[in-house]
Amino acid sequence: MEHKVAHDWRLRGQRYRLEGEVCEHCGNKIFPPRDICPECHQPAKKPYTLSGRGEVYSFSTLSSAPEGFEAYAPYTVALIKLAEGPMLTAQLTDVAPNEVTIGMPVEMVTRRIRTQGEDGVITYGYKFRPALVAHAQ
Amino acid sequence: MNNGHIMHSQRPVGIVGYGSYIPMYRITNAEIARVWGHESGPIKEKAVAGLDEDTITIAIEAARNALVRAAIAPEELRAVWVGSESPPYAVKPSATIVAEALGATPYLLAGDMQFACKAGTEALQAALGLVGSGMGDYALAIGADTAQGRPGDELEFTAASGGTALIVGPAEAALAVCRGSLSYVTDTPDFWRRAHEQYPRHGGRFTGEPGYFHHIQAAAEVILEEMGLQAADFAYAVFHQPNVKFPMRAGGRLGFTKQQLAPGMVSNTIGNTYAGAAITGFAATLDVANPGDRILLASFGSGAGSDAFVWEVTEAIKERQSRAPKVADYIRRRAEIDYALYARYRGKLAM
Ligand SMILES: [Zn+2]
Repeated sequence: MEHKVAHDWRLRGQRYRLEGEVCEHCGNKIFPPRDICPECHQPAKKPYTLSGRGEVYSFSTLSSAPEGFEAYAPYTVALIKLAEGPMLTAQLTDVAPNEVTIGMPVEMVTRRIRTQGEDGVITYGYKFRPALVAHAQ
Repeated sequence: MNNGHIMHSQRPVGIVGYGSYIPMYRITNAEIARVWGHESGPIKEKAVAGLDEDTITIAIEAARNALVRAAIAPEELRAVWVGSESPPYAVKPSATIVAEALGATPYLLAGDMQFACKAGTEALQAALGLVGSGMGDYALAIGADTAQGRPGDELEFTAASGGTALIVGPAEAALAVCRGSLSYVTDTPDFWRRAHEQYPRHGGRFTGEPGYFHHIQAAAEVILEEMGLQAADFAYAVFHQPNVKFPMRAGGRLGFTKQQLAPGMVSNTIGNTYAGAAITGFAATLDVANPGDRILLASFGSGAGSDAFVWEVTEAIKERQSRAPKVADYIRRRAEIDYALYARYRGKLAM
């Protein structure tokens, strides 16, 4: 448990606010941060916070959830293509599973991900919801 | 220079960015009344936080909207203060999590304020002081709550979730300049929640006249008198809104018309968001304000006290209104739930 708290703490920049990296050689935006550009394979360590805008690339609905997430079932996990290019997997929120469509515009929000019992730490992190207002192109 | 009871900062300050957040779920008063066998409730419906929402997540989204409107970098904030009566942790500041999510850490003050429904304006007064003294250029004051009423209690009709964030900065960059503020506080036992209790209690005899009306009227009357202003000098006025009746009556007694109160009356459709209530009404008013408009804001917090502010809207307002979602956008985003789902979302089922 202690180990998990420390792990979450180190990831808080990317979990709370989509802090990734930008490659100074080719301009590629990287998420999650990996310090090497997957496009040009040069070192890339400059922090870059992604806009959080994107669209649903694919999705699936879970009716039985893993331990710690039972309260949220049923919920939808989606592969999201961010406006800057990177793809990531995230839980969708504020949407009924039958309302999710491929190509649906979504935006990042920071929500409760899980709690470690009644007295443990609360983990916050990114989820995505249907875009509140139409994205400017 | 000090005259009377009004507080003036050393340098002129104002609001450079504002933003709100209201969860999408709604339960109607008709539904709550049905469950408890009442005829009806005091408002139409209230906003309910989803399972993955709390005061911190509400504060984060409101603050992101405020930052977009202010167009400043989060590292420029020298304080993040979260006013709430429903912090997710009893010990561990909400403000550090909010500041981290915004990217404002580590060189800033971060703390939580507690004063029932005026915790948000308590944070705002402190932010005016910090920026007004020149200790920093920007400070973020937030009022947010996921308020709970005991099932069957009259508070259950109105206790709601939502919040607003206000970024204070130098007057030159402000969309609304603060012309003066005042605080009026007494020890009044009108509402409380003891440690480790889930739901608050209210002392019937002290709610209403000795609580809400006395403190709001005292604060508003003195700030108007000492500034030589009358209700007619204002485009709008916003008061703490535990329901619709109280702010309408307080406004009427102070000489304000229904039209002056209308844009800031959001309690009928979102409920009483406690520390977020008065300032969410203020945000809804800023959403429609024009340059030159004067706005009176007076909060109320049980315990008890009122913070009153006189604002003057600047030319900067028009462009910043559309940079982020408005209060009306969040009110429109609405999914109605029944009492059973509401009980699950708000943890009212003891298992
Ligand atoms: Zn590259």
